[in-house]
Amino acid sequence: MTIASPIGHPQRLAPASDPVLEIKNLSVDYGYDDDPVHVLRQVSLTLGRGEVLGLAGESGCGKSTLAYAATRLLPPPGLITGGEVLFTDRSGVKTDLLRLNDTQLRASRWQDMAIVFQGAMNSLNPVYRIGRQIADGIRAHEPKTSQKEALERAAELLDLVGIAPDRLRSYPHELSGGMRQRVMIAMALALDPQVLIMDEPTTALDVVMQRQIVEQIAELRDRLGFSVIFITHDVSLLIEIADRIAIMYAGEIVEDAAALDVYNKPRHPYSSALLHSFPPLRGPRRELIGIPGSPPDLSRLGAGCPFADRCAFAFDACSKVNPELVFPNVPGDDPRRSVACLRHDPAAVRAVGEEPMPVPAELSLT
Amino acid sequence: MTIDTSIVEEGQELDKPSQAPMTGVIAAARGPRRGKPRKFLFLRNSKAVAGMVILGFFLLIAIIGPWIAPYDPSARSDDILQPPSWEHWFGTTHLGQDVFSQILVGTRGVIVVGFVAGILATAIGVIVGVTAGYVGGLGDETLSVLANVFLVIPQLPLIIIIAGQLPTVGGVTVAVVIAITGWAWGARVLRAQTLSLRRRDFVEAARANGERTWRIITAEILPNLTAIIASGFVGTVAFAVLSLITLSFIGIGNTGEWNWGTVLYQAQSQLALQRGAWWWFVPAGLCIALLGMSLTLINFGIDEFVNPRLRSTGLNAKSLRKRGIRPRIGFTPVVREAEETRA
Repeated sequence: MTIASPIGHPQRLAPASDPVLEIKNLSVDYGYDDDPVHVLRQVSLTLGRGEVLGLAGESGCGKSTLAYAATRLLPPPGLITGGEVLFTDRSGVKTDLLRLNDTQLRASRWQDMAIVFQGAMNSLNPVYRIGRQIADGIRAHEPKTSQKEALERAAELLDLVGIAPDRLRSYPHELSGGMRQRVMIAMALALDPQVLIMDEPTTALDVVMQRQIVEQIAELRDRLGFSVIFITHDVSLLIEIADRIAIMYAGEIVEDAAALDVYNKPRHPYSSALLHSFPPLRGPRRELIGIPGSPPDLSRLGAGCPFADRCAFAFDACSKVNPELVFPNVPGDDPRRSVACLRHDPAAVRAVGEEPMPVPAELSLT
Repeated sequence: MTIDTSIVEEGQELDKPSQAPMTGVIAAARGPRRGKPRKFLFLRNSKAVAGMVILGFFLLIAIIGPWIAPYDPSARSDDILQPPSWEHWFGTTHLGQDVFSQILVGTRGVIVVGFVAGILATAIGVIVGVTAGYVGGLGDETLSVLANVFLVIPQLPLIIIIAGQLPTVGGVTVAVVIAITGWAWGARVLRAQTLSLRRRDFVEAARANGERTWRIITAEILPNLTAIIASGFVGTVAFAVLSLITLSFIGIGNTGEWNWGTVLYQAQSQLALQRGAWWWFVPAGLCIALLGMSLTLINFGIDEFVNPRLRSTGLNAKSLRKRGIRPRIGFTPVVREAEETRA
């Protein structure tokens, strides 16, 4: 067991060198009454240029809420109650998306940040040919483009995602689910956005198609250099595609680290439990544990750590302080990773007058 | 009839799976929260409350009107064409009848016809519309043709003809005639919405569950149609009231039975406007306008309340305005209210 010294403990990780999207202290409520549910509480997340960032967590942990709030697409009764979403364009100018007016926001959408929705079958209008739908997106932002040029661009885009350009004249029902999903990806790339948000883009597809789509995204990312926020429940898929993974729980990010680090040496009990919920392909057989219980009711969160009730390593302090993201208390860790767990934060434990507990062996693998 | 088609669209909006984050967060958050009574939520909507108060006032008058009327509405007196005074609050007619008493007594006829016609027309509309939408095929075709025929029939002339053929024309007869001619519109709307509901996953799931058709219609589909049915009902009541008044105004039906339309009919035939007797027609006109307004307000209230997504908005409209929040789809409002404690 490694007992790290509590001294010399940087509180915040160094920001990514070239961020394209910085979400700072974003708070979101659901409900307009005097008793709203605080779904996101001061979530901060940085997406580096060209990076694939995976967002994982159980259902109802706020992954999609985070992505939709950052793009201001949350439907009523969603309400952003604070924070900043800084977008840095190619020339280095930063804009706060939460301060844009409607016209600016509409112009920024798709151009700067594009979204691939979950159900491709519902995102395409069944009565128009797909070529026209892609062209519409292009012409909405670039009115000077003629329909012919837009269609040519659409053909190139289809080619990019591996669909024959003569499919431009197809209706959505004439394509398979995987092809429709690719059309959506092509459409999202139409204006050469810098950030692509993918909300469970492969959930409805079979494993073979998932693999193709994921490879396609990785290849396009290498070629075009955009950044991706990839939302999914499927942690094993994330480990393949993502550079970095942020694990969310009950509306907060509990661990943020490089993909392989999360996989090989999780620092948060929840990440560790998530990884023990599916079988590894290689290595010795191990028992699948799963996570007992279910995520907490966000409308009545107590003062402590939201995961404490389900956590095998909870101790007295966990019911008193909600941990913040800190550098893990394990020597030799990547300085860019962070974890929100009191086992790694002796200073916060002492602040409430409790005795810190050491980091358990499961959470300090090296 | 005022049925807001946005209900229909909003319904389809809900259907799309996970376009927007339909996370478990909402579901988890809507448990039994605190001990607050949540029963009379509908009455927290200010529009609905205003409408209900006005309607309640007229219902009360409809019940007690004949008893509290100071005079017999048909009794003649020597005070001919008097302006409002303490003896005659709304003045008198050319025969010395008390207009205030006529209005009080006439309220019952208006309300009874309005509600009887509304209930009947809504019942026919729901049965025909939902059946047509749900069964499909030949049944749908037949019922749709029937509804279309009734839609293109000019209603008022038909009412006049039927009312003219009947030997005795009481209030209920007029109500039935209005219901028979006025149900088709609601049936069309309900059929369209049922067609869309029928294919949704939760109905398919109910079918796969082995639920009986009757239960699917009553437990799965009808609750989703509540807003349309309710606003259709309110609209039909308003339509029936106006039809009755129109009929009475042009002198069809039993002129011996008092209602606001008969008051207007007499005022018109006795040249009240030309004689400057404004007190003769203004009260009846105002009552009609107020009743129509109350029904419309209730309609808005129903719309905002029955749709769970609009509910939070509708119930908190005032505080939302104060906080500068305009709820819209596609542009999430931003307020800077949360305290920022983290670095």
